[in-house]
Amino acid sequence: MVPVATFRHITIGQYIPGESLLHRLDPRTKILVTLLLVVGLFFIDTYLGYGLAALYIALAIFRSGIPPRFLFRGLRPVIIIILLTFMLNSFMTEGEILWQWGFLTLTKEGLSKGGMLAIRLILLIVGTSILTLTTSPLALTDGLESLLRPGKRIGIPAHELAMMMTIALRFIPTLLEETEKIMKAQMARGADFESGNLLQRARSLLPLLVPLFVSAFRRADELAVAMEARCYRGGEGRTKLKQLAFHTADFLVLAGSGCFVLWLALTM
Amino acid sequence: MSIEIRGLTHTYNPGTPLARTAIKDINLTIEDGETLAIIGHTGSGKSTLVQHLNGLLKPTSGTIKVDGVDINQKGVDLRSIRWKVGLVFQYPEHQLFEETVWDDVAFGPRNMGLSDEEVRSRVERALAAVDIDMALAERSPFELSGGEKRRVAIAGVLAMEPSVLVLDEPTAGLDPRGRQDMLGQIQRLQAERHLTVVFVSHNMAEVATLADRLVVMERGEIVMEGPPKTIFAQGDKLGAIGLGVPEMTALMAKLREKGWDVPDSVLTVEEAEEAIMAVLRREARVGTGGDL
Repeated sequence: MVPVATFRHITIGQYIPGESLLHRLDPRTKILVTLLLVVGLFFIDTYLGYGLAALYIALAIFRSGIPPRFLFRGLRPVIIIILLTFMLNSFMTEGEILWQWGFLTLTKEGLSKGGMLAIRLILLIVGTSILTLTTSPLALTDGLESLLRPGKRIGIPAHELAMMMTIALRFIPTLLEETEKIMKAQMARGADFESGNLLQRARSLLPLLVPLFVSAFRRADELAVAMEARCYRGGEGRTKLKQLAFHTADFLVLAGSGCFVLWLALTM
Repeated sequence: MSIEIRGLTHTYNPGTPLARTAIKDINLTIEDGETLAIIGHTGSGKSTLVQHLNGLLKPTSGTIKVDGVDINQKGVDLRSIRWKVGLVFQYPEHQLFEETVWDDVAFGPRNMGLSDEEVRSRVERALAAVDIDMALAERSPFELSGGEKRRVAIAGVLAMEPSVLVLDEPTAGLDPRGRQDMLGQIQRLQAERHLTVVFVSHNMAEVATLADRLVVMERGEIVMEGPPKTIFAQGDKLGAIGLGVPEMTALMAKLREKGWDVPDSVLTVEEAEEAIMAVLRREARVGTGGDL
């Protein structure tokens, strides 16, 4: 039978509440540092550089108090992509031949390049998950909205984007829960979601998808009415209950991490 | 068909910071042919418990035996258990998906691999059992009223003709009329088909009229168990865990406070009437009149 609980293990946008320094930082600080790190990782091209970046990320994980297990779990779904990247680069790069078998040639340069790309991918994923694991979805979109606000003049609908993100994030767990519930209800009627050929399996998803869509539309409708009933009229003139504010720690982290990542990107 | 639950514990997300033990060390025997009600607060573990009865959830520890068979043993076909123990979820109308009412109800029987003829007769029986007119059978289930949708969804489980029917809050969100109809249908089914019925409820009055036996849950554990009269006589204890008693039981308690000699085991309006009349008749005989 289908291990129904699998849906609970999806870590997208999962937030683990805590009181660590990382949890308390202003979301804008975390978004900016993460952004810098992501861009910076693409400029690093020595193993020493990646080692230092990994050390920096390890320090962040340590300070966040999040069990490293959680971060590695987030890697599980992309492990095939990482392996594929490594293999393709190792075998497709020209250079000093280390090993040859038929049309496959493993080169020294390829191995080095593949390894680096794999490390880059892992660091990218782990680095960005620290952001979502330590920042509540609400704080995240608040930070994003605040950072995007200057873009309003060139037509970026900062508030609307943030609101859409908030709502989408808010409904991921709800919809997963709903999926699980409907799946169970259909299984209680003897539905079988995993045997049969591709066509049969696709057909067996109908009893799941139809109610799921119906309920998603119903929820969207109810939410729209509820928002209008509370006089929601977009971001114009809207004030916030929780004002974002930079503290000393934010400036220190921004300056310190900024300098470090820039130095890594430019020299390594 | 009886169900035997021994030492049942279930932990959600075990081994993570989000781990939560929903039920712990539940021991319960559901007797063949009885109507058992499970009451308790939101989050007391009622829904988690009932989802173990047909193997939708696997116990973290403990066993569930349906008709003497441990359903979580290797080699047990869980689908066949689900046909014997029909589970109706909360708001079952959210699971409707077919183009017509008829097809939706037929989903379960078809999964059982029954012949067309058998499927047809089962669908007809199931729709009749929940008072859905055959004229509605060709309509889309999404066109029906809320109460009708609920009944169609229940028919979808009944069509599998289970020996045990488990309902998670079958009357939630229905109007008083719909509630009455639903309870009447459950009662009738129970009598006609000799079903074992397990239902979860928040409504003390409906529990009082329907159930042979009550199980009270609190924080994942069974804290009280017994016939409705015995349980509701302990209004204080129920109150302490945030549950009430049926209105008539509460009324009798108020009257007793005022010195009326009425029993504490009254559950329904009819019983209340009888109890009050008995007191009045006694007082008329004595001729004191009493202070009404």
